[in-house]
Amino acid sequence: MSEQIRNPSHSPVVAPGYTFRTVTEKISSIVLKGTPRGWYVGFAICFLLAMMLLVAVTYLFIAGVGIWGINVPVAWAFAITNFVWWIGIGHAGTLISAILLLLRQTWRTSINRFAEAMTLFAVACAALFPILHLGRPYFAYWLIPYPSAMGVWPNFRSPLVWDFFAVTTYGLVSLMFWYVGLIPDLGTLRDRAHNTWAKMAYGLLAMGWRGSAYHWQRYHKSYFLLAALATPLVVSVHTIVSFDFAVAILPGWHSTIFPPYFVAGAIFSGFAMVLTITIPLRAFYHLEDFVTVRHLNAMAKVMLVSGLVVAYGYMTEIFLSWYSGNTFEEFLTQNRVFGPYAALFWVLLLCNVVIPQALWLRRVRTNALLLFIISVLINVGMWVERLVIVVGSLSRDYLPSAWGMFAPTAWDWATFIGTLGLFFALMFLFIRLLPMISMAEMRELVQETQPHATAEAAAKPE
Amino acid sequence: MAQIFHRSTNTLSRVTIFGAVFIVAGILGAVGIFVRSPYVTREGVPVVQPVPFSHKHHVNDDGIDCRYCHTSVEVSSFAGMPPTETCMNCHSQLFTTSPVLVPVFASARTDMPIQWNRVNQLPDFVYFDHSIHVNKGVGCTTCHGQVDQMPLMMRAASLQMTWCLDCHRDPAKYVRPLDQVFSMTWQPPADQLEAGKKLVTEYHIESKTNCSTCHR
Repeated sequence: MSEQIRNPSHSPVVAPGYTFRTVTEKISSIVLKGTPRGWYVGFAICFLLAMMLLVAVTYLFIAGVGIWGINVPVAWAFAITNFVWWIGIGHAGTLISAILLLLRQTWRTSINRFAEAMTLFAVACAALFPILHLGRPYFAYWLIPYPSAMGVWPNFRSPLVWDFFAVTTYGLVSLMFWYVGLIPDLGTLRDRAHNTWAKMAYGLLAMGWRGSAYHWQRYHKSYFLLAALATPLVVSVHTIVSFDFAVAILPGWHSTIFPPYFVAGAIFSGFAMVLTITIPLRAFYHLEDFVTVRHLNAMAKVMLVSGLVVAYGYMTEIFLSWYSGNTFEEFLTQNRVFGPYAALFWVLLLCNVVIPQALWLRRVRTNALLLFIISVLINVGMWVERLVIVVGSLSRDYLPSAWGMFAPTAWDWATFIGTLGLFFALMFLFIRLLPMISMAEMRELVQETQPHATAEAAAKPE
Repeated sequence: MAQIFHRSTNTLSRVTIFGAVFIVAGILGAVGIFVRSPYVTREGVPVVQPVPFSHKHHVNDDGIDCRYCHTSVEVSSFAGMPPTETCMNCHSQLFTTSPVLVPVFASARTDMPIQWNRVNQLPDFVYFDHSIHVNKGVGCTTCHGQVDQMPLMMRAASLQMTWCLDCHRDPAKYVRPLDQVFSMTWQPPADQLEAGKKLVTEYHIESKTNCSTCHR
């Protein structure tokens, strides 16, 4: 342990002593061998919360958006905050799976699968909110440009339409990337399963994977192509989400810093969520050999850097509100820091800027418990940040006579917490039904990092 | 290890994957055709009325002008439905024993209007004004079709928004001289586009496509 604290970046990405067989055995047994009691407890709690979402959404569809605390002037509040927060969380998955793959970072291998699953589920949660927020949600399909009998197209100059394209593309590419990556593992599960139904299910999903050289060659080609396709999405999706604000003329929204600042925030909160999920998962399933301290250290570093970019964004906003000489911009900052929502601002500053500075210390980066606490706090901070941006600017814009306060209702909270339940319920199902770490890639990694061990194991008749 | 699937699964899966594309495209296409079909738009579907009133007979055989019955078409948003008295102007003398006219006589006697079934109905969120169209050179037949050939009244157009916008985006395709608005026999000349363009300038027709033009 003390060695690892000295420099975890040099420690191996897989603990020594693993062979092809043991890697596959360890990961596939989580799926194929029984369900631990803890899984049932966790899933039940999350499932109940997801059912609360169902109730909240059903009542929303019956009664309309008036059940939320929104009203003029704060017509956007929790729904848009949650949308930006969830979609931001997804970004870490894409960054880990696509950019780190192209950069050949070996430490991505053991975390990319569930980071991608996290992306998918986060995008699903995010995509709910713009639809729920519509006054007439049954017309959501009007966002799709199709030859309608109305003879009109969506307004292509509206960032909300760009949002639709960005999120749809993101969801589809993430799904394809995740699925293509799963195919060899689905083949492995098909071959290892004993239950006929499991064999059939994994067999159908594996799409006839036989592991031939042709298969591997095509698999690698398509996987890298999809990675290249997903790479620009890491930057583009949250850029477009930020346009929802930046294109508007509200003080605090109308700013050119928004795209990079939002992308950094997305990666920041995304890595925080990856850590929030990884740390309990690796402890519960004893995966410390695959998700090592080196992984935690690397993710903490990414979090620190993206957190500093976010802090720079805050500084720029405050500086420019003074430097612009614009009364309304100056007032915005004053209002943010000392106004009625000032408490939220100080919370976000504490969670997103002050506390992450602890990550400069290697001792903190390698301590799973501390890292877990910090990552949860960053998640809270990033959610609060979006709320400050959305509600703070809307509640007090140009004319004092048009000001108004926002207070969330129980339904606001039920919807938000409900999506947390949905997200984690889906994560629970995922870790139970699919290999949460890529077996195929882990075997490659073992081959690359411990050629002797695998050669010896291969020579030994078993 | 035993095979899980039969050999035919290979073919089946290929057909499923490639077929899915065509099935999805086919379903979307069918929906697109369905919403434009007369089943939905009621275009060209005669509407049953309490009295089988024939526009063909009254307009074509008798030569009655549209405005004899639809009196307010030039001054109001609503073209106007004739009161039973208008019918009785002639039918107090004509076909007084005809069984099909019994509801008309009953209406005249009891002073209760005949309940006609609406043929051309726009949704309530659409603001439409007959007078502006008639006064700017949009003929009756442009929207209502050859009413003089309809034994029973029917919609001649889908009344879908794309149909409204077709003219609103380029009125020159359809406008006619003002003295031809109520003509049943006017046909667009060979140079309709050029003649229409001139009329658009002459009548100061603004092709309005703002949302709030119709959705006020």
